[in-house]
Amino acid sequence: MNRRSFLTTTAALALAATSLPAFAEEPLKVGFIYVGPVGDMGWSYQHDQGRQAIEAEYGDKVATTFIESVPEGPDAERVLTQLALEGNKLIFATSFGYMDAVMNVAAKFPDVKFEHATGYKTADNVAVYDAKFFQGRAIQGTIAGRMTKSNKIGYIASFPIPEVIQGINSAYLHAKKVNPDVEMKVVWAYTWFDPAKEADAAAALIAEGVDVVMQHTDSTAPQAKAQEAGNVITFGQASDMSAFAPMPRVSSTIDNWAPYYVQRVGAMLDGTWGSGATWGGIDTGMVEIGEISSAVPEEVKAEALALKDAIAAGTYHPFTGPLNKQDGSAWLAEGETPDDGALAGMNFYVEGITAELPK
Amino acid sequence: MITLIKRPTPSRGWSYTTPIIAVLATMIAGGLMFAALGKDPAQAIRMIFWDPLFGPNAAYFRGQLLVKAGPLILIASGLAVGFRAGIWNIGAEGQYIIGAICGASVALAAYPAESHLLFPAMIVAGALGGWLWGMIPAVLKVLFNTSEILVSLMLVYVAQNLLAYAAFGPLKNPQGFGFPGSRNLQQYPSAHNPELIAGTGAHWGVLAALVAVIGAYILMHRHIAGFRIRVAGEAPRAARFAGVVPARLVMFCLGLSGALAGLAGLFEVSGPSGQITDGFNAGYGFTAIIVAFLGRLHPLGILLAGLLMALTYIGGDMAQMMLGLPGAAIQVFQGMLLFFLLGFDVLTNYRIRIGRARA
Repeated sequence: MNRRSFLTTTAALALAATSLPAFAEEPLKVGFIYVGPVGDMGWSYQHDQGRQAIEAEYGDKVATTFIESVPEGPDAERVLTQLALEGNKLIFATSFGYMDAVMNVAAKFPDVKFEHATGYKTADNVAVYDAKFFQGRAIQGTIAGRMTKSNKIGYIASFPIPEVIQGINSAYLHAKKVNPDVEMKVVWAYTWFDPAKEADAAAALIAEGVDVVMQHTDSTAPQAKAQEAGNVITFGQASDMSAFAPMPRVSSTIDNWAPYYVQRVGAMLDGTWGSGATWGGIDTGMVEIGEISSAVPEEVKAEALALKDAIAAGTYHPFTGPLNKQDGSAWLAEGETPDDGALAGMNFYVEGITAELPK
Repeated sequence: MITLIKRPTPSRGWSYTTPIIAVLATMIAGGLMFAALGKDPAQAIRMIFWDPLFGPNAAYFRGQLLVKAGPLILIASGLAVGFRAGIWNIGAEGQYIIGAICGASVALAAYPAESHLLFPAMIVAGALGGWLWGMIPAVLKVLFNTSEILVSLMLVYVAQNLLAYAAFGPLKNPQGFGFPGSRNLQQYPSAHNPELIAGTGAHWGVLAALVAVIGAYILMHRHIAGFRIRVAGEAPRAARFAGVVPARLVMFCLGLSGALAGLAGLFEVSGPSGQITDGFNAGYGFTAIIVAFLGRLHPLGILLAGLLMALTYIGGDMAQMMLGLPGAAIQVFQGMLLFFLLGFDVLTNYRIRIGRARA
């Protein structure tokens, strides 16, 4: 320790000691940046629910702000800098595409902590977090496989990134497990949120004869299309989408960020915040299964719930060998499960899916 | 009784004052909207128009103003030349994307070699890419008399799909764990388009925008080509007698605006944005159309309009953050600006007579 840093540290300590009561009254400022509008009823909406949970939990000890509909790119860097300059000490960047912007801004503001959703780059003041959505897909796949009459399941995919591919594979494997004749049709919408495109994708799938539509996009447009068609079932994505229950929405996977956000803000308040990578699932409550509606037969519901309990208890992993890749090469041996690192980079379909993965 | 009487020639005075009236009307109507949302309108207007320039942290925001205005001005300068000639390039967004892809491809092909020649080569590639994309509607118009409005607009969607392909395919970062997006050019010194003076925000693209403004001014107001372009727009038949070849004019205008849009894309991808991602294009190509009209298609007007537009973006984010205004309200506010401008344009071309028409 040189003289200069010694002086500043002691000065800071002295300052902290004398002004602790004043600091206690000053709320911790927490900023959020969303990729969509908070009214998307999906991804950004759920993050905003997490923000509200922080406010409810800590009251006037925290002050939160958010900016919605920030495109991934240079604007994100400016908005993140703006949040840091405005005195936010903990900033949640809630979309994958903010990654490099977060890293740049974090380097400029070493005393501000950043939390980046679904990314993989960390630093002393940057932590990442994500949810194991594929666990929810396993349950959806089971219900879908049992309930489909045409044996054709449609999937509206967003972008060919590992998170989405995990979901398709997991849904397919579990549908196939209960119904060997099942076939998976995938439409790439190349968007996270675009009601018009999502509606088109749903309509195209239904025209091809699917009677189950899964979506990895955030709007309720596919639900509305399925409702028009009448005999098609869907699953809520990111949020519960319960407005469409009991038909077409028979269940949902809910991203519940609230427990994680509350915990991380708590760590900030008591000074124990540390960097790291969190990948939460059904067990930690980050992935929630929305109510299975009355349109699902009792025995299917019981089967789905048993699967959920097994995943939560850790006795079952949705990717358990023997499993082959689409090209027939071996992936997992009998009883083997992949580690999180291997899953996080998943860039292939499992054997049996006939669709082609965009490269 | 109010009647509109067409002026024999558009009023010069009104043509310069309507943008100012439009801004004032936007402030009033926007203020009413903010008030209806339960926010203090004076505070919101101050935050949008004043705080980024003179408020706390203004030093940072002034630089960001240049970052945001640079591509808008660069693109709008090229578009305005065509608009003057009655050639409507609506697809600058696509030319911007292709310019960025071409420029970044040159850099990524050379990676990791360091050379002073790399950045100039990227500039050439970026301009060439945008030029080529602009030449498609030009050639189709010349050969088959297609509408350049439709063709250039449709090519935006083609370009967006090429962008997604590039980000997920050939330009994907091989060290990116399978996630989409290219290497970050900010971390590749030879390819990086840095701030020329730290903290000012001014990168090569901002400089290029200034050069474009001066170049467009000389072209349009001090050169015979500019005279021909204006005559072609105002009196096409007269232009033919003056020796203007329509085909050459179409090629020149679409090529020029395409090349400038391509350059803007290249400077953006190598500077503030850093990487090719599927969401890289942030709508600059479309916003530049508003900037061109707000600036009366005059180079100096465009310079001011670009800065004003950038101000509403940065101030808008600030108002969202500080006052909790919804993001959509800011977009409505920006839309009002164009609406009022076009509305008040009536005064440029018409006189208003109040009272009974004299027989």
